[in-house]
Amino acid sequence: MNLTLRVWRQAGPDAPGRFETYEATDISPDSSFLEMLDLVNEDLIGQGEEPIEFMHDCREGICGTCGMMINGRAHGPQSMTATCQLHMRTFQDGDELVLEPWRASGFPIVKDLVVDRSAFDRIIEAGGYISIDTGSAPDANLIPVAKQDADLAMDAAACIGCGACVAACPNGAGQLFTSAKLAQLNTLPQGQPERYERTEAMVEVMEEHFGSCTNMGECEAACPKGISIDFIAMMNRDYRKAKFRNRRSA
Amino acid sequence: MLDAKTPEGPIETKWENHKFDMKLVNPANKRKFEIIVVGTGLAGASAAATLGELGYRVKAFTYHDSARRAHSIAAQGGINAAKNYHSDGDSIFRLFYDTVKGGDYRSREANVYRLAEVSNNIIDQCVAQGVPFAREYGGLLDNRSFGGAQVSRTFYARGQTGQQLLLGAYQALSRQVKAGTVELHTGLEMLDVVVVDGKAAGIIVRDLNTGEISRHSAHAVVLGTGGYSNAFYLSTMAMSSNVTAAWRAHRKGAFFANPCFTQIHPTAIPSSDEFQSKLTLMSESLRNDGRIWVPKDPDETRAPGDIPEEDRDYYLEVKYPAFGNLVPRDVASRNAKTQVDAGKGVGPLKNGVFLDFADAIGRLGRDAVADKYGNLFEMYERITGEDPYQVPMRIYPAPHYTMGGLWVDYHLQTTIPGLFAIGEANFSDHGANRLGASALMQGLADGYFVLPYTIGDYLAPQLGSTPVDTSASEFDQAEADVKAQVDRFLATNGTRSVDWFHRELGKILWDHCGMERSEAGLEKALSEIPALREEFEQDVRVLGSAETLNSSLEKAGRVADFFELAELMCRDALTRRESCGGHFRVESQTEEGEALRDDDDFAHVSAWEWTGQGSEPVEHREPLEFEYVKLTQRSYK
Amino acid sequence: MATKVSHGDDAATGSRRTPFLVELYRSALGKKYLMAISGIVFMGYVLAHMLGNLKLYQGPEEFNKYAEFLREGLLTPILPESGMLNLLRLVLLVSLVVHVVAAVQLTRMNKQARPESYRSKRDYVAADFASRTMIWTGTIVLLFVAYHLADLTWGWVNPAEAGATVYDKVVASFSVPAVAAFYLVANLALGVHLYHGVWSLFQSLGINNRRFNHWRRALAVGFTVVVVGGNLSFPIAVQVGLIS
Ligand SMILES: Cc1cc2nc3c(=O)[nH]c(=O)nc-3n(C[C@H](O)[C@H](O)[C@H](O)COP(=O)(O)OP(=O)(O)OC[C@H]3O[C@@H](n4cnc5c(N)ncnc54)[C@H](O)[C@@H]3O)c2cc1C
Ligand code: HEM
Ligand code: HEM
Ligand code: SF4
Ligand code: F3S
Ligand code: FES
Repeated sequence: MNLTLRVWRQAGPDAPGRFETYEATDISPDSSFLEMLDLVNEDLIGQGEEPIEFMHDCREGICGTCGMMINGRAHGPQSMTATCQLHMRTFQDGDELVLEPWRASGFPIVKDLVVDRSAFDRIIEAGGYISIDTGSAPDANLIPVAKQDADLAMDAAACIGCGACVAACPNGAGQLFTSAKLAQLNTLPQGQPERYERTEAMVEVMEEHFGSCTNMGECEAACPKGISIDFIAMMNRDYRKAKFRNRRSA
Repeated sequence: MLDAKTPEGPIETKWENHKFDMKLVNPANKRKFEIIVVGTGLAGASAAATLGELGYRVKAFTYHDSARRAHSIAAQGGINAAKNYHSDGDSIFRLFYDTVKGGDYRSREANVYRLAEVSNNIIDQCVAQGVPFAREYGGLLDNRSFGGAQVSRTFYARGQTGQQLLLGAYQALSRQVKAGTVELHTGLEMLDVVVVDGKAAGIIVRDLNTGEISRHSAHAVVLGTGGYSNAFYLSTMAMSSNVTAAWRAHRKGAFFANPCFTQIHPTAIPSSDEFQSKLTLMSESLRNDGRIWVPKDPDETRAPGDIPEEDRDYYLEVKYPAFGNLVPRDVASRNAKTQVDAGKGVGPLKNGVFLDFADAIGRLGRDAVADKYGNLFEMYERITGEDPYQVPMRIYPAPHYTMGGLWVDYHLQTTIPGLFAIGEANFSDHGANRLGASALMQGLADGYFVLPYTIGDYLAPQLGSTPVDTSASEFDQAEADVKAQVDRFLATNGTRSVDWFHRELGKILWDHCGMERSEAGLEKALSEIPALREEFEQDVRVLGSAETLNSSLEKAGRVADFFELAELMCRDALTRRESCGGHFRVESQTEEGEALRDDDDFAHVSAWEWTGQGSEPVEHREPLEFEYVKLTQRSYK
Repeated sequence: MATKVSHGDDAATGSRRTPFLVELYRSALGKKYLMAISGIVFMGYVLAHMLGNLKLYQGPEEFNKYAEFLREGLLTPILPESGMLNLLRLVLLVSLVVHVVAAVQLTRMNKQARPESYRSKRDYVAADFASRTMIWTGTIVLLFVAYHLADLTWGWVNPAEAGATVYDKVVASFSVPAVAAFYLVANLALGVHLYHGVWSLFQSLGINNRRFNHWRRALAVGFTVVVVGGNLSFPIAVQVGLIS
């Protein structure tokens, strides 16, 4: 396959950026999208041009490192698929691909297609955990968890922290990511004691970095793990309860 | 001879008693100690979190942009524990026994017993943290049998066990970050260990985004930096996994143990072309229901579904009737290689064997199969474009895990006092072959339950001392070395990319130090590797600058270390003239072609001492004694 | 159980003496709550308003009587004359202020969250026209209401002579093609606003039950069709001479 790439190149966080056009030639349809970029980079290095920087690590859709806008879609055209899992057979010979970094003020650009997603870590630090010191846990089976709760918690826990939800959301909102972690911890019995404080604290930090949700659902469509916007509703409910509880206990 | 400092006494009480005997740091004094933890995988994150909870002042480092992205996240299958929730006869002793046996009797009994002992605490801890393990309808934890174990002791969270355990540890770490006990540094790569007066005093790190090099000192340094199977270029490891941290520690005096013990996992998806960048693992659990076969005729042209039973060779079931498709990883891998080498490989490049679910679908129904393996099937289809419900999967072995690593004693301390190694970065516990679902267990055991206590024994006598000042001359020297290397790469301006060299190195290793090793092959590799390294130093091309993100530059340093490591792997493999676990020497096999161990000459750990580039490393041996496990030749017939 | 639980820092969660609603309003999530609640008030109003206006089809007498009743009859035994109406007006006005101010603030926040928009063309999957244009359809409705009040309530811009009945004012107004067209456009905008808004408010309020979720879209469509369909019919009816 031969493709034309229009790639956002930006030398550093404050440098101006622009699109550059490259040709990717002789690409096997069985190769992955990132392998295609590897080949383009090999060519660039051969020509003495700096290779395109992009984010990746596990290349199997689980570490959440990879991600870029491909033709206006976060993680590209295939649903439930992270950039690294995208394969070239999804595209046609002769296609033009436009590659752009995630854009959100919470995700400043580092270089080319690489962005800084540490705002997500700040959200988790605000309360995305259950406070239990090592060694003080009771026997695991002393806390039975209804299977449907465990399954729901697992659905939510599948989030890989890639940031596609923010990138795809027209408002640059961090709702899907935040609500997924909240739904996991707030559903499980172990998470109950801190449920409302956690919700308030995480929402507060989320709002420092990201936009607000107007329920457009674009995040869910872009999410490689199929995290449901139902979790956003659950977060909204818990948040209201949290606010109300805190008042009452005053 | 190396002393592992294993405590005396019966194995069942060694750890308990030893915990009592170790020197303690009193809680009020803990915050007077600073500890550096490099790596935030299962091992590093759990250690840093626990040390923080205990009150130590911790600085944690990772080159990842977030602590949550460590390679541990990719583990699919599960984690073992001797809970015996299913009353099927499991026990700490049985888990211990199986692990030593599975490791082909090349691990230290006392460590493995301790691992089995704390395995249960791990599950308790993780559940309390909110790790959503699979449950039964009654609400209790579900288990499965994994990797050929005769009992159900594997806990799992869908196909994302590693992810969930890592997120649990990452969250515990985040809690400490918020509490202020842990200072977390992301996007920083450790490039050297600084040793002052024979003790680990700190590290040199480079900021991958800005190129800034900085120095950090502490009372002790812990490496939880993962395994090195990316030396093979193609492996199931994440792309950036590397040996640099461990290797640079090795160059500073830490012995490297059993480097040739690498695990080749039997069920990866075969590569589709030569530019493939990494291999994807299909969970081992697939072997519970899938049947492995190849066509009997190397020139077979029919579609797999059209090949009648009598023309198929279910070679594992035929050769190992008792275990069939569930033989250990090394056995399954080697047999696949035999078939492919005989020309019976399947797929366009004839580089795989079939893993067929037709029977399972017939027996259990498509839905039941989808329920168990749906996400794996989906992943397979996404990568290959083939539907495993219709066409058998194709699999082939791939480098997957490294049992070798920095040599550590019972306290997980390396041969440099004050430098500790945990998780896959150390060599302990798995011997010559790791059983499925036991790496996660080891990483968390080390991080949550072992290191935080053993490190106190090292620290306690140093109360009152402050960490070495980072202006010490040893820091100057280490920083200058790091800078010089960075500058050298940028100045070389050769003709070939870093990846090109890595790929070539990988081919040499895979051919000669992969599933099968021979004296001639290893000698060949030992002459080819230095030549290629020479070329690498003269001819590598690294563009761009050191001041912005520059992944070629990062990789260049890592590949340089892989070159040195590769040589040591081959040398170790050459020295070990026996077959054991993942290490198969063609010169040491039974008449049926099975691995033949040599306990008289090789029941030891080989720990190598660095003596400078171009100079032969020195081998030190730690003899292994087996008091509780009876040594037998493994047989899976 | 030996589980250790840390207790949140009270100071960090803000002073607890602020009233619940004010506290809620401080966060974006809370603003959305209040937008949803004010949205529901509007929904109630536009539905009732549309149903009442159906009396236009029963002729001037019925309709004028109804308008009179609204002003005077509504709950008069309990409240003073016009009391109920004024109360309603107050609720509407407060809702409008909350809804509009929150809308403007949130829109600004969202703009800040993505100061640089994508240079390449977006390919939306789930975000539809309605959800992406809420602020614009909302603004059209706001402008419409302003005009609408000036037209029918205060009569400033109404073509009918002073003192005309409400019915006459409506007919006079809708007889002007430009005005009729404006009503049509504004009500279509309202429809687009409601199509997303009615669905969205369930999410915002956290009303989420997997068993009933698929009804949310159906309700949004049904509600929109009824209200907007009714509203659109009036100017059309006048234009085609059904009402005169
Ligand atoms: C595909 C796959 C599936 C697996 N499945 C299973 C399974 O089912 N069960 C099981 O038990 N095991 C499994 N394993 C093995 C297991 O996942 C690993 O052995 C284990 O997770 C290693 O954990 P770790 O903490 O030691 O290292 P890692 O998770 O590799 O973490 C290394 C950390 O060190 C950091 N680091 C490394 N070098 C530096 C440096 N120089 N400077 C700064 N930071 C550095 C990295 O950023 C990272 O944070 C699997 C492995 C693979 C590849
Ligand atoms: C009769 C008039 C109106 C009705 C019936 C109405 C109804 C609604 C409803 C039900 C919502 C959904 C709330 C939520 O999701 O929580 C909404 C949202 C919104 N409204 Fe209105 N509204 C009206 C007028 C306006 C006006 C005058 C404006 C502004 C100028 C406006 C701007 C918005 C905006 C920006 C949203 C946000 C979209 C979202 O969050 O989903 N609306 N409206
Ligand atoms: C085509 C459809 C509509 C018709 C025929 C219509 C008709 C009227 C009439 C006749 C009045 C004056 C009542 C009186 O003064 O006694 C009125 C008032 C009003 N209408 Fe409408 N209307 C329509 C649509 C709307 C819409 C869509 C909205 C809101 C979004 C709206 C909001 C109002 C308001 C706020 C008042 C003032 C009520 C008060 O007295 O406080 N109308 N309308
Ligand atoms: S919710 Fe989905 S899109 Fe968002 S970070 Fe998690 S996995 Fe990525
Ligand atoms: S796309 Fe954005 S608006 Fe909400 S539903 Fe998703 S965060
Ligand atoms: S590279 Fe890990 S998810 Fe894509």
